[in-house]
Amino acid sequence: MRIPTALNPTVLTPSGADVAELDKSQREVAVPGDWTYASAPESRDVVRIADRYGHFVGGEWLEPGETYETIAPRDEESLAEVGQGTPADVGRAVAAARSAFADGWSSLPGSERAKYLFRIARLLQERSREFAVLESLNGGKPIKESRDVDLPLAAAHFFYYAGWADKLEYAFPNRRPRPVGVAGQIIPWNFPLLMLAWKVAPALACGNTVVLKPAETTPLTALLFCDVLRQAELPAGVVNIVTGDGRTGAALVESEDIDKVAFTGSTEVGKEIQRRLAGTGKKLTLELGGKAANIVFDDAALDQAVEGIVNGIYFNQGHVCCAGSRLFVQESIYEPLVAKLERRLATLRVGDPLDKNTDVGAINSAAQLEKIRELVASGVGEGAEIYQPPCVLPEKGYWFVPTVFTNVAQSYRIAQEEIFGPVLSVLTFRTPEEAVEKANNTPYGLSAGVWTEKGSRILWMAQRLRAGVVWANTFNRFDPSSPFGGYKESGFGREGGLHGLEPYLEFDE
Amino acid sequence: MSRLPVKKTYKLFIGGAFPRSESGRTYDAEGQNVARASRKDVRDAVRAARDAQPGWAKATAYNRGQVLYRLAEMVEARSAEFAALCTGREEVERAIDRVVWYAGWADKLPQVLGGSNPVAGPYFNFTVPEPTGVVAVLAPDEPPLLGLVTRLLPPLVGGNAVVAVASETRPLAAIELAEALATSDVPGGVVNLLTGQHAELAPVLAAHMDVNAIDLCGADGDAPELERLAADNVKRVVRGRADVQSPWEIASFLELKTVWHPMGQ
Repeated sequence: MRIPTALNPTVLTPSGADVAELDKSQREVAVPGDWTYASAPESRDVVRIADRYGHFVGGEWLEPGETYETIAPRDEESLAEVGQGTPADVGRAVAAARSAFADGWSSLPGSERAKYLFRIARLLQERSREFAVLESLNGGKPIKESRDVDLPLAAAHFFYYAGWADKLEYAFPNRRPRPVGVAGQIIPWNFPLLMLAWKVAPALACGNTVVLKPAETTPLTALLFCDVLRQAELPAGVVNIVTGDGRTGAALVESEDIDKVAFTGSTEVGKEIQRRLAGTGKKLTLELGGKAANIVFDDAALDQAVEGIVNGIYFNQGHVCCAGSRLFVQESIYEPLVAKLERRLATLRVGDPLDKNTDVGAINSAAQLEKIRELVASGVGEGAEIYQPPCVLPEKGYWFVPTVFTNVAQSYRIAQEEIFGPVLSVLTFRTPEEAVEKANNTPYGLSAGVWTEKGSRILWMAQRLRAGVVWANTFNRFDPSSPFGGYKESGFGREGGLHGLEPYLEFDE
Repeated sequence: MSRLPVKKTYKLFIGGAFPRSESGRTYDAEGQNVARASRKDVRDAVRAARDAQPGWAKATAYNRGQVLYRLAEMVEARSAEFAALCTGREEVERAIDRVVWYAGWADKLPQVLGGSNPVAGPYFNFTVPEPTGVVAVLAPDEPPLLGLVTRLLPPLVGGNAVVAVASETRPLAAIELAEALATSDVPGGVVNLLTGQHAELAPVLAAHMDVNAIDLCGADGDAPELERLAADNVKRVVRGRADVQSPWEIASFLELKTVWHPMGQ
């Protein structure tokens, strides 16, 4: 195997003061077009997929009327037949959740609920590789990420909220918390199991029962999760899972006997849900789209910042609602930073999600790939300059080359609309005030990033950025103890931490 | 011919190992010869605790929570043995549930006890709890298992290392707990358990200059003198109760650190 010279640190640009003197020719530093790596595939044997799945209702598998095929986006292989949930299926699931709520779950002592959740956390840890492989297979994300991010975080989320189940009175002093009832939960396809954990763990900890609808394209880990529930001996009906497309989700939202809706997905659908629930008195939390600003000041550690930018937008193929999709670079370091970024881009390995070397996996679906292509074409059409590293893509499946747009104006669609793909738009600023002004110039407000060595500036920026999460000198960090959620049209309500309990509680006062 | 069973030697638990008392002494408790720790054993235990404490405090809160949950798993697996050494099954179950309850606090305390402070100026100011260091615990005589668990878990979950003196009259449950600790993932030295006479060991702990806090739950009538001894290095003195659970029990063994940082361009 050839050792690519670009990995040799002496060839790379020195950071700090020298950077300003970097001349244009250094942008031309040779990047090998041929990144030949021996493949290191993760074994599929660890997971067994059934030919056909029903809906998980009241602890039993409900035979679906209509089904559809769920596939592997890496090669369009058909993985299983899953149910297309009808309003009747949803109705049965809600009824099962209601009776489980009434028949003991809501009155179970918190310490006992906690022990069920601890069991689930332990089981997810024990079966983590099985879930990670299935997640990568069905969703297209690199095994490196499902193994090292999705699964550990999902288990940690259950572990964390298990601990809250019997401590609610300390989270809300002088209030008497009680569960809301039955929660209808709709989750996206970018982090299927992790989003399930974010929804189910706090709901159960607070004494609610749930009906969860996984995303249309990624139902398999949620269906495997039902086996974890069986092993944990969770009472029947506490968690119900109905699969299907948007019609199933609409039926869940419109179900009269749910008390709360929690939705993670697009702003467009979020607004529709808010309209439909208007006047019903049902509780609602929304975690919607984003167009995060990642702001790099001239005193930032550039190599570190480049890693953060790459992690911010190419992590999970950019299928991340809080992805740092708008890069704001202080003018004085624009050229060296873009040069470093483009060079780094060429080292990303795009390919088989089940290969342990892969950095960027498959785009989740044909529809999403089409959306990315359309927006990228608009960027080129509006006059932005496109950079894509040389890259050999597999023939089958859904793929998109990591892309950087420079010369982007704030009015361009690629600077305004959520692309939800591996596409970065680079813009510039001169002063901190201008950075804040431009960063906040969006209807979204989920997250933001700030890169500077100056602590006082980090806090000054953080105070002014209208976003629910601000990462400083890091990006895309998640922890069960840290609240997550948006400002403005990125939604409302928080998931994670003490603050993630409130959406699942009512208070007698 | 019936088989002759192998009998257990009841020893101390210091630095993750099970030594006899360096004094070579035992005393009779519950019909067994139980190690009678000496002044030197106390010093060894404090040194082991001091060495182990930074690593335990540095572990993530999530990790500490998982390790303590693992301890609950280990006690549950030995619940029949424990039940025979205390007041019975109910005491064991309450002790296990208490370990689980405290395990859940590890990653939640700072949100409840700390927070940001809205100072009148361009500063970001926040307060976080931190462990005080090495904590001495005098466990109550009764209940033998739940009493020790009640006093041991609060300093432990907060990131402190502990030197605990077991129930003097009924120490066997504590020794069983030491064996559960040794097979859990609690690092050696983070919990040290001594058996022996409270009247002999308590003053040594109360006066020890490398102990940061002392819980006098099992001190009975000697408490005023122990409190006087504790003043020499300004120990935090806690007069804990034998059956209580609350986050404020943990807070007794925590320091609060406040950080100021300017905000500006």
